[in-house]
Amino acid sequence: MSSDVHGSTVSISSGLKQPYHLPNPSPWPIIGAIGGFGIVFGIVLAAHYGNYIVLILGALTVLTTMFFWWRDVVRESRTPGAHSPIVRLSLRYGMTLFIASEVMFFVGFFWAYFNFLIFPHTQGDGQTVWPPSNIHTFAPFHLPFLNTMILLLSGTTVTWAHHALLEKNRRDLLLGLGLTILLGMSFTVCQAIEYSHAPFKFNGGGVYPSTFFLATGFHGFHVIVGTIFLIVCWFRAKAGQFTPERHFGFEAAAWYWHFVDVVWLFLFTCIYWYGAGQIAPE
Amino acid sequence: MDATSEAHAHDHGHDHKPGFVTRWLFSTNHKDIGTLYLCFAVIGGLVGGILSEIMRAQLQFPNNHIVSNGQEWNTIITTHGLLMIFFSVMPALIGGFGNWFIPLMIGAPDMAFPRLNNISFWLLPPAFVLICIGLLMGESGSGWTLYPPLSSSIYEPGMGMDCTLFALHLAGISSLLGAMNFIVTIFNMRAPGMTLHKMPLFVWSELVTAFLLLLAVPVLAGAITMLICDRNFGTAFFDPQGGGDPVLFQHLFWFFGHPEVYIMILPGFGIISHVISTFSKKPIFGYLGMVYAMVAIGVVGFVVWAHHMFISGIDVNTRAYFMAATLVIAVPTGVKVFSWIATMWGGSVELKTPLLWAIGFLFVFTIGGVTGVVCANAGIDQVIHNTYYVVAHFHYVLSLGAVFSIFAGFYYWIGKMSGHQYPEYWGKVHFWLTFIGVNLTFFPQHFLGLSGMPRRYPDYPNAFAGWNFVSSLGAYIGGIAFLVFLYVVYRTFTSKEHVADNYWGEGATTLEWMQTSPPAFHTYMELPRVS
Repeated sequence: MSSDVHGSTVSISSGLKQPYHLPNPSPWPIIGAIGGFGIVFGIVLAAHYGNYIVLILGALTVLTTMFFWWRDVVRESRTPGAHSPIVRLSLRYGMTLFIASEVMFFVGFFWAYFNFLIFPHTQGDGQTVWPPSNIHTFAPFHLPFLNTMILLLSGTTVTWAHHALLEKNRRDLLLGLGLTILLGMSFTVCQAIEYSHAPFKFNGGGVYPSTFFLATGFHGFHVIVGTIFLIVCWFRAKAGQFTPERHFGFEAAAWYWHFVDVVWLFLFTCIYWYGAGQIAPE
Repeated sequence: MDATSEAHAHDHGHDHKPGFVTRWLFSTNHKDIGTLYLCFAVIGGLVGGILSEIMRAQLQFPNNHIVSNGQEWNTIITTHGLLMIFFSVMPALIGGFGNWFIPLMIGAPDMAFPRLNNISFWLLPPAFVLICIGLLMGESGSGWTLYPPLSSSIYEPGMGMDCTLFALHLAGISSLLGAMNFIVTIFNMRAPGMTLHKMPLFVWSELVTAFLLLLAVPVLAGAITMLICDRNFGTAFFDPQGGGDPVLFQHLFWFFGHPEVYIMILPGFGIISHVISTFSKKPIFGYLGMVYAMVAIGVVGFVVWAHHMFISGIDVNTRAYFMAATLVIAVPTGVKVFSWIATMWGGSVELKTPLLWAIGFLFVFTIGGVTGVVCANAGIDQVIHNTYYVVAHFHYVLSLGAVFSIFAGFYYWIGKMSGHQYPEYWGKVHFWLTFIGVNLTFFPQHFLGLSGMPRRYPDYPNAFAGWNFVSSLGAYIGGIAFLVFLYVVYRTFTSKEHVADNYWGEGATTLEWMQTSPPAFHTYMELPRVS
């Protein structure tokens, strides 16, 4: 049978078997959605009544879902025929789009930041300056610059690992990946030190700490997520699951890592450096 | 039909449907998930519709006391808006018809990420529960736009407001994951030979919609995250006392909110194109123009957001820019309306129920579009902002335009989806009752708005009584029409009659019409070819 689509002929079968991956029914999506409900409703209960039980249960459900769902994906990637070349292309598109949406998420926080930087409002003292006159900021070329160097270096180590993977050099792959993970962890440690020495406070500190902590905090959260992603890849690399032809899990982790890196460069230049005011004494 | 039945005979081995729980709760099947979305949209629309009937009952006479106080009223308007947008129109047009027909139209066996598809759906019921908590606690009286300080802890301290905000987080994640899935499916799973320029217009409309969702929703997520932090964790993003800026929220919200209105209407454009082409027995007029008009609407839709903020204190040059940019959107929109009319022109037009809805769509959408051009003028908007004129305008494009396109799609495809045809007579009764009802409801609101009746108040001076009474009568007729729709659904599903593969005949040319009605559980296990 044939039909007409905008003047072209359609035949019901090309004789090509469909090359896509049609996974079996899975319990994880609905369990994950219930866990998501637990997290958000748990935050409401925690904020209003100091009750953390629902939040903890929700978070555990989501983490469990993530573990088992991705375990299924990893298993499928090792099932012959499941992740055909066109399915791997779908995964690439998917990761790219996910990162694009993450970029827009950070656009929101940068928008807020630039709104206040370009049009500062008074905070009772009649002065319209940015940063607000009562705020002391971090010295940009102290810990923040060290963090910049850490992340840039981690970008090179992950590329080293990638090249080693392409050359079937597992020792260097594990070494490069391991170094990236250590650098990621040291970034998080430096951020934690920095936060603990912050000369302003998140709760009730006004608009500067609000933008600073939410922008850098969400970035920090993404660094932790990216580090975990890389750790998973390290174990998969050690188990020999990556080949020079097929290593999308590694590539996705690397893309995500570079994304986190680029966000940091914007945070460093726009917030820490360009937005530096009176520097807090050490 | 020989090749078709042969192909399906081949598929038969894969057509084993799983048991109830596995099939409906753990689904990885685009048709089943589409069905779940459509059922959910009916429930969302029903609850949102009951709220509108309550509102019109309250406004039927001045000094009415059906709604006990302003807070309760505000909670109802907030929930009505959010339910209709996130839990009715979007699930129907994107999750429902998108899931059902994108794979069928492009010749793909399913969506690119079937499990992700399922979590996109299952995030909605929890979000619906959270919205209902906000409604029942009477604590989400900010309006659907969630503007601080209306939504700040000073004026809305209860946990109901937080539940409503988090409901949007869950619905937003659902939309985002769905959008990624749609884009990947459309880019990567088209049948051999189906180039982008041969792709059916409905698929194009969903593609543009998915990109709008992908880029707009995360900004809303950021904005409501800041709002939640302001409410609960002591930040000052939107609190002037801490140096914050409430207008910033309006910018962030409308950067999402304006693309959102195109998210709601673009899939409708796609459906209307198919319906008009099918029942005029002509290919759509100016296919490429239609495609790039949608792309242009999508792109320009991102740079017009501040026309919602003409009286928020933005300066005159900003207003001039946003006014000009907004008026530009009338051009591609006009291209579409004229192309639909040109498609019918000289066609062999058959006035079946889907086409009635499509022509009804053209009528109400054009009225809404023309009043949109009026509202877009910054000078005029100074006067009509926040009046019933604006309410009439956006209900004409959305609750009439988008909803008419949903019903056009329902009548067009229900035979394909269920295997049973709707009763033509009752379909037409449904259309005419709805058409009379909604026009009676919303047309007088233009007059009310122009004479200065503000929106979001549960009462009004006696001078506005006449048209408010007419508007309420219209709402009751619209409500009865929805009951007729439920009757149509009942009649359709209890019908013994089975429809053929292509029950619309030669006018219906897209790939879904080559499948059985209803299609096999798994379709296209062998890919079709377009040449």
